[in-house]
Amino acid sequence: MRTVYFDHAATTAVDPRVFAEMEPYFVERYGNPSEIHRLGREAREAVDKARAQVAAALGAADKEIVFTSGGTEADNMALSGFLSRLEPGHLIVSAIEHPAVMETARYLMRQNWEVTFAAVDSNGVVDIDAYAAAFRDDTRLVSIMFANNVVGTIEPIRELARIAHEHGAAFHTDAVQAVGAVPIDVADLGVDLLSLSGHKLYGPKGIGALYIKRGTRVAPILHGGGHERRLRSGTENVPGMVGLGAALELAVAELPSQRPRLEALRDRLAQGFRSSIEDTVYLGHPTERLPGNVCISVRFIEGESMVLQLDGKGIAVASGSACASGSLEPSHVILGMGYAAEEAHGSVRLTLGHENTDADVDYFLEVFPPIVARLREMSPLYVKR
Amino acid sequence: MYTDLVMDHFSNPRNVGEVDDPDGAGQIGNPVCGDVMRMTIKVDDDRITDVKFKTFGCGAAVATSSMVTEMVMGKTLDEAAEISNRAVAEALGGLPAQKMHCSNLAADALHLAIEDYLTKAGRAGDVAKVLGKKA
Repeated sequence: MRTVYFDHAATTAVDPRVFAEMEPYFVERYGNPSEIHRLGREAREAVDKARAQVAAALGAADKEIVFTSGGTEADNMALSGFLSRLEPGHLIVSAIEHPAVMETARYLMRQNWEVTFAAVDSNGVVDIDAYAAAFRDDTRLVSIMFANNVVGTIEPIRELARIAHEHGAAFHTDAVQAVGAVPIDVADLGVDLLSLSGHKLYGPKGIGALYIKRGTRVAPILHGGGHERRLRSGTENVPGMVGLGAALELAVAELPSQRPRLEALRDRLAQGFRSSIEDTVYLGHPTERLPGNVCISVRFIEGESMVLQLDGKGIAVASGSACASGSLEPSHVILGMGYAAEEAHGSVRLTLGHENTDADVDYFLEVFPPIVARLREMSPLYVKR
Repeated sequence: MYTDLVMDHFSNPRNVGEVDDPDGAGQIGNPVCGDVMRMTIKVDDDRITDVKFKTFGCGAAVATSSMVTEMVMGKTLDEAAEISNRAVAEALGGLPAQKMHCSNLAADALHLAIEDYLTKAGRAGDVAKVLGKKA
């Protein structure tokens, strides 16, 4: 059976070129970078190189990059690590953040921080006026994602960061979905903190990084031997760091060719989807969205059913339905955009990546309409037009 | 996460649709919650001679609906009334814990269809006796 992977927002395969770079650091060059013997020095050089690669990809200085265990830890460090040095005050996050930010904000609420969940419009874009009005004298930090993981909407980060700075607040962006997919330059954006993750950009799982702008004070959230310039203790994940550095370098180098290719595939997929199936809603911003993201709600049927049926045809996709999420709640992102629970339940998210081709799009467009027809036939809610 | 039997019932659901001119119909659930199940039955001499379902919902919702139709086909109303949501889940080899409450309502939909049948047949007084609950 043909296999089509349309779930790159969940994770990506490690690029074989990246894996080749990582491989020597498991068995041969296994040294601890903290040691001064040859094996240690070799590992230290690899870590330094990886840090330089990450910094270069973001337009940052090497010293501004701290490696973490992934996007979640970077987000936790950005919020908790930045705010733990301060007297509790006010924090702003968007209403559609990833759980790594959302749950950290809720944790901080229990530490007496007050949180504003900034509303988004029906396209998933932060409402700038409401956002600007949410600032208070004691607003210390804003955390708004660069691009949404469910609907792919890209936020106006530069403007949001500028407004935060006008109010004396620092600005963090969770750029896990965006790094490697769209150009990012931290100086141009004006952000103080930025999170990224290796396995979303054809690097390994278990590695990420936090960009901390020079002069921005962050306290460690993990305590121990003082690794990563005292910011993140724990023996370095050397193969992971090597993989992240190599993956990010490749992603940035190939972005000018991959981005237009993915955008063309995305638009053909979205248009084909919507022209072959009635009663759908294209979720997310029509143009300001990630190159590989198609998120569509199909009326009268439920997301997990579509995911399972497509899986039966060898196609891997995701859904924002309650069932597919593993919780009992439909996607807070789709609800936050003002849609009803039914629309969230009926959503499918197709996220394209480097290995996808026109033939994959054709195959999806061939097998999906009969699946929808069959599920609608089975649905007591379906009203034929 | 799903047993092979659940996947079989989901992929090849039995008795999908609505029976013609049903003697009883029952619907349960809410699209807001993500699950709606509708059962229609034909009854002859207090025996279910045909049953079909329509379901909006996840894999578990479809599979439990399909399974309950197989379990009650040809059964008496009393026998059908004894089938619980839990028994349906067990017949499928179990369901993931988070599906037990939201998506496992097929037997309830069936019982509503039986109640509807009895009410329409002018036997509302039998509902409590058959289904073991107040009408």
